[in-house]
Amino acid sequence: MATFKIKRFNPEKQPQPYYEEFQLDIPPAATLLDCMNQIKWTLDGSLTYRMSCRSAICGSCAVKSNGHALLACQRQAEHLLDDNDTITLEPLGNMQPIKDLVVDFTPFWDKINQVKPYLQPDDEVPPQKERRQSPQEFSLIDDASTCIMCGACYSDCNTLEVDDNFLGPAALAKAQRFVGDSRDAQTHARVQALSEPGGVWDCTHCGECVERCPKPTRPFDRIKEIMTVALEHGVHDNNGARHALSFFNSVKRSGNLNENRIPVESMGFFNIRGLLSLLPAGLRMFLKRKAPPVIHHSIDEVDDVKRIFKELGQ
Amino acid sequence: MKFALFTGCVAKGATRELMLSTTKAARGLGFDFVEMKSASCCGAGVVSEKSPLLADALNARSFSIAEKQGLDIVTICSTCQGTLKKTEAHLNEDAEYKKQVNDILREGGHQYNGKTRIKHFANILATDEGMARLKERVKRPLTGLKVAAFYGCYVLRPSDRSDFANPDNPTGMEDIFAALGATPVYYPSRIKCCGFPIVMMNKTASLDMSGNALLDAIDHGADVVATGCPLCHLSLDSYQPEIKILQETNNSIPVLHLPQLVALALGYSPDELGMDRHIVSTLKINEILHC
Repeated sequence: MATFKIKRFNPEKQPQPYYEEFQLDIPPAATLLDCMNQIKWTLDGSLTYRMSCRSAICGSCAVKSNGHALLACQRQAEHLLDDNDTITLEPLGNMQPIKDLVVDFTPFWDKINQVKPYLQPDDEVPPQKERRQSPQEFSLIDDASTCIMCGACYSDCNTLEVDDNFLGPAALAKAQRFVGDSRDAQTHARVQALSEPGGVWDCTHCGECVERCPKPTRPFDRIKEIMTVALEHGVHDNNGARHALSFFNSVKRSGNLNENRIPVESMGFFNIRGLLSLLPAGLRMFLKRKAPPVIHHSIDEVDDVKRIFKELGQ
Repeated sequence: MKFALFTGCVAKGATRELMLSTTKAARGLGFDFVEMKSASCCGAGVVSEKSPLLADALNARSFSIAEKQGLDIVTICSTCQGTLKKTEAHLNEDAEYKKQVNDILREGGHQYNGKTRIKHFANILATDEGMARLKERVKRPLTGLKVAAFYGCYVLRPSDRSDFANPDNPTGMEDIFAALGATPVYYPSRIKCCGFPIVMMNKTASLDMSGNALLDAIDHGADVVATGCPLCHLSLDSYQPEIKILQETNNSIPVLHLPQLVALALGYSPDELGMDRHIVSTLKINEILHC
């Protein structure tokens, strides 16, 4: 007998959420969603959650299981049991619960809309035939196209936990689907907008989105692709791009990182406010001898590293 | 056991106490770590923002250096570990890509053959052999010290490249703490991000991330946080006095590098391990351990 510990919430009856436990024999090969259905149909008809296709296509049934977002219809319940034969179910994170396991997706959709998730071609009159792509061209947006908008990545995103302004992994993956589209004519404008605060450079590289994504979308990898395009398009007037370029140039010069230069170059030499913000940590570290050596040393055989940069035209 | 030590840049720069304590911990455990002085920076997932191929070529060159010595690589930074593993996956999953990278390396006398393994220091300790050495060589059991692990994202995610058995609920670091005689503290934030990658871009969000994690460790009763990543260390220790949530609650907690914790248990003194270099005082640890 397994225990399903479910976070319940019904603001019409009680303002605070609470946990309720249900006992259920997990049928052989049952998915988590099958079990949720069993609980709803046989134990408590008031249990509320979203579901539809039961085939990991519609993206409706994402919930948190044992603290991590997943698609309830995609995972076998037995595989989710903890050491106490319990599965803890909670609503997705980073969004407000409406009732039980149902959350308000409004901010999620607002951010998807914010990245203009539609083709912006340069032709004024629509063409007579469809706009075709080669398989190679499609391969650049293939992964992003697989997103089913389930919200699992949004739920577990570490930046979103502390900053509502971040567009989040799903919207940025959707953005890459158009940044990388050979038929789109707004690449430069797109990467410029995506380099603003709340855009790609606010991603903290935690990899949670890749881990939770039930499809091959891998949002973090798509975010990195947007960064590369932004740098190629010369969108450099922001701390994220300056940081990437400073890092890159440091390795190019010495094979390793010059930690004294990177903070200053990331802020920009004329960004007085930004440079002042570095002072407290810099001073603390200097006084504790935690600062990098003043004279920066190259790695041994740095010439071979320089040769590789040159050979790749960098 | 002999390994090629991929030091990473930060252990030779802002957190030199990590290098110092790694050398001591290795010596105390009877490991032979040979520093890879001609290896380049791993790129930290940042060089690849500019050029993914370049980032992989540089890391493949580092692998080749270890292969020539017939050694596996040991890292002491979660970010180095994850970034190197990413290159390894790229090369091993695509023979054509590997050939392209090897063609770039050839002129420098390097080739990547896929023979060297890449292991984080924690994953070397968390083996049967590592645990046996720890238990055998501990001279100062860390009795009474409650230690909260902070893993660092890159050693856990993506999980298919992680050496920890269950990256969503790992126990490798905690097993090491227990072998050292300490009391492991389990808390939800131990697998979260420290916020360091965006400290230059979004400092408020970055400090909120590290603050939430530290407060979580404190709330779960930890005396000290130990991490296997010097970037996490910078975030959790060097920026700690600026973290609003800790200021508001009048809290602070020392943060150690994993090799410092290990070397403490092997009998080295706090001063020998550079613990006086930390921003947040580590004296509380000395008091608990009477050292």
